[in-house]
Amino acid sequence: MVWIAIRMLTGDATKFYGLLFGIAFSTLLITQQLTIFVNLIERGASGVYNVPSADVWVMDPVSRTTDVNLPMPSTALDRVRSVPGVEWAVPHLRAAASVRTKEGDLEGVSVIGVDDATLIGLPRRMASGSTKVLEQPDAVVIDDVGTTRFFPEGYDPVGERLELNDQRAVIMGVADAIPSFTSQVTLYTRYSRALNFVPGTRNRLSFVLVGAAPGVDAKTLATRITDETGLRARTRDEFARDGIDFIIENTGIPLNFGITVMLGFIVGVAIVGLTFSLFIRDNIKQFGALKAIGVNNAKIRRMVAAQAAMVGSIGYGLGVLGTVAFIWSFSSNPTFKGFYIPWQVPLISLAAVTIILTLTGWIALRNVLRTEPAAVFR
Amino acid sequence: MSDVAPFAPGDPATAIATRGVVRDFTAGQQTIRVLHGIDLDVRAGELTYLVGESGSGKTTLISIMCGILWPTEGEVRLFGTDIYNLSDNELVDFRLRNVGFIFQQYNLIPAIDAAANAAVPLIAQGVDRGEARARATELLAALNIGDQADKLPSQLSGGQQQRVAIARALVHQPRLIVCDEPTAALDARSGRRVMDLLREVALADDRSVIIVTHDNRIFDLADRILVLEDGRITHDGRDMPKDY
Ligand SMILES: Nc1ncnc2c1ncn2[C@@H]1O[C@H](COP(=O)(O)OP(=O)(O)OP(=O)(O)O)[C@@H](O)[C@H]1O
Ligand SMILES: [Mg+2]
Repeated sequence: MVWIAIRMLTGDATKFYGLLFGIAFSTLLITQQLTIFVNLIERGASGVYNVPSADVWVMDPVSRTTDVNLPMPSTALDRVRSVPGVEWAVPHLRAAASVRTKEGDLEGVSVIGVDDATLIGLPRRMASGSTKVLEQPDAVVIDDVGTTRFFPEGYDPVGERLELNDQRAVIMGVADAIPSFTSQVTLYTRYSRALNFVPGTRNRLSFVLVGAAPGVDAKTLATRITDETGLRARTRDEFARDGIDFIIENTGIPLNFGITVMLGFIVGVAIVGLTFSLFIRDNIKQFGALKAIGVNNAKIRRMVAAQAAMVGSIGYGLGVLGTVAFIWSFSSNPTFKGFYIPWQVPLISLAAVTIILTLTGWIALRNVLRTEPAAVFR
Repeated sequence: MSDVAPFAPGDPATAIATRGVVRDFTAGQQTIRVLHGIDLDVRAGELTYLVGESGSGKTTLISIMCGILWPTEGEVRLFGTDIYNLSDNELVDFRLRNVGFIFQQYNLIPAIDAAANAAVPLIAQGVDRGEARARATELLAALNIGDQADKLPSQLSGGQQQRVAIARALVHQPRLIVCDEPTAALDARSGRRVMDLLREVALADDRSVIIVTHDNRIFDLADRILVLEDGRITHDGRDMPKDY
């Protein structure tokens, strides 16, 4: 009977494609929007992800994220270094600055000052040039996505001069970095140089980046640093999470994406529900005849379930493929740099599709189950 | 109707027996009694006509007799089984094994071909699809439309569709075949041919065939004619009453 059910479904091409479209559309909308959402809020942690060598981030107790921080006095560095279990500790400066481009435009940038000696604080890889270039005076390294904001596509920025706080800066390399949430241009330079680029008061040390000694657990070390220095210390994972939470709490992004995902779900219910009900209504005579002939309700239920499963699996597959195609086709766009589909997302849309089909299938099925077999003689 | 004998359990000649069958329909506040105590015995191997004016209760009666409509009161025995005492699923299964249906609008499934349509009762019984199809095709050949087995219902003429519907009613060799207005959609000649066919194929193995019809062109083919008037049987005989 399942075979007959499938043939009934595919035999009605308009409704079959309508159902597929509804499911595929919902899946696409939900999967794609959730994917963008997750990737976007993860950008809140990009500052942390870009420095994978730091096990612990130490900061003023009121600092919240890589971008929302209150600088500390430079003495904090030595206090952190004296805590047992600290293998190394380096200064890290993060501040906003304005840059005047060659065209004379003023642009906001983030300036990141990395440790002069070790260059810890730079992204792991360079897109062009070597990290050595920072040894030259006035040298800055720009992030790759930021490059596309300052310069035309395909332009090599190496050698370009910028004016940072009335100081001359020369771009000497391009870092392969995860873009920040705002995709703001980021300029990396040595800590000592950064102090000149960023106007400010006595306290300039945004963070102390700490490497744990072998065998020392980051969480334990962070607690110990806080206990001994009174500073806030977060492990890499905790601080990444702080950055993400900050975006979730302080922007309308979760609400906006939530609304779109909800719409995807509702549109799915509407299209699939209507088409399914129309399909069942068109076939109600046949279902009635089957019931009279001797097909019991359990078998009818199985028939409709098979129809739903067929539409669901194909439509869902198309929707996920569509998302993959979308992410893939935009992968060269700097805004979408590094976007991936977290494994939870397809599972969530699968659950949504299952709910849509169970709900609409159940509503459509009720009509069949309610049909009296005697109705076939009418 | 008081002279009807009580049930004779075990009488193999009795296909259908109804006792005191009453059916009410409720429409809004009103309850209308459509059947007023029908007592009837239908023997196996007979072609029975049920005739009467529109609204007299023919469809209601035939539906109750074949197990698709519950009577408000009374008892129906099909081949000795008190069918309305069965559970829902048992009754569905009973129909699947014992009753063949021919509907006025055929109700073929548009998406599957003639052979598959004719094979539906076997498939529903769980018979292997290939075997079900083979048996259905054989029957279509016996009904002279063997060459149409691979066509979809929409590619068949009305008469051909009717034959597919007949094949579907016979393919699982049910002991009772019920038809509501099987010839209404056909011209006189086709209608007669269908009735001849039913006589020939259906009655061959001592089956019972009950046909609801208005079609006075084919009255001469019946073994027995029952006339229903306002929910009561007012005539029972081999021929139509003179004044009808
Ligand atoms: N489901 C129902 N609900 C309410 N009333 C019904 C229902 N089915 C039948 N009736 C009523 O019962 C009466 C008999 O109906 P039935 O269909 O048995 O007549 P019929 O003899 O088959 O008529 P026709 O020749 O027009 O098919 C009619 O008055 C009809 O309105
Ligand atoms: Mg009728």
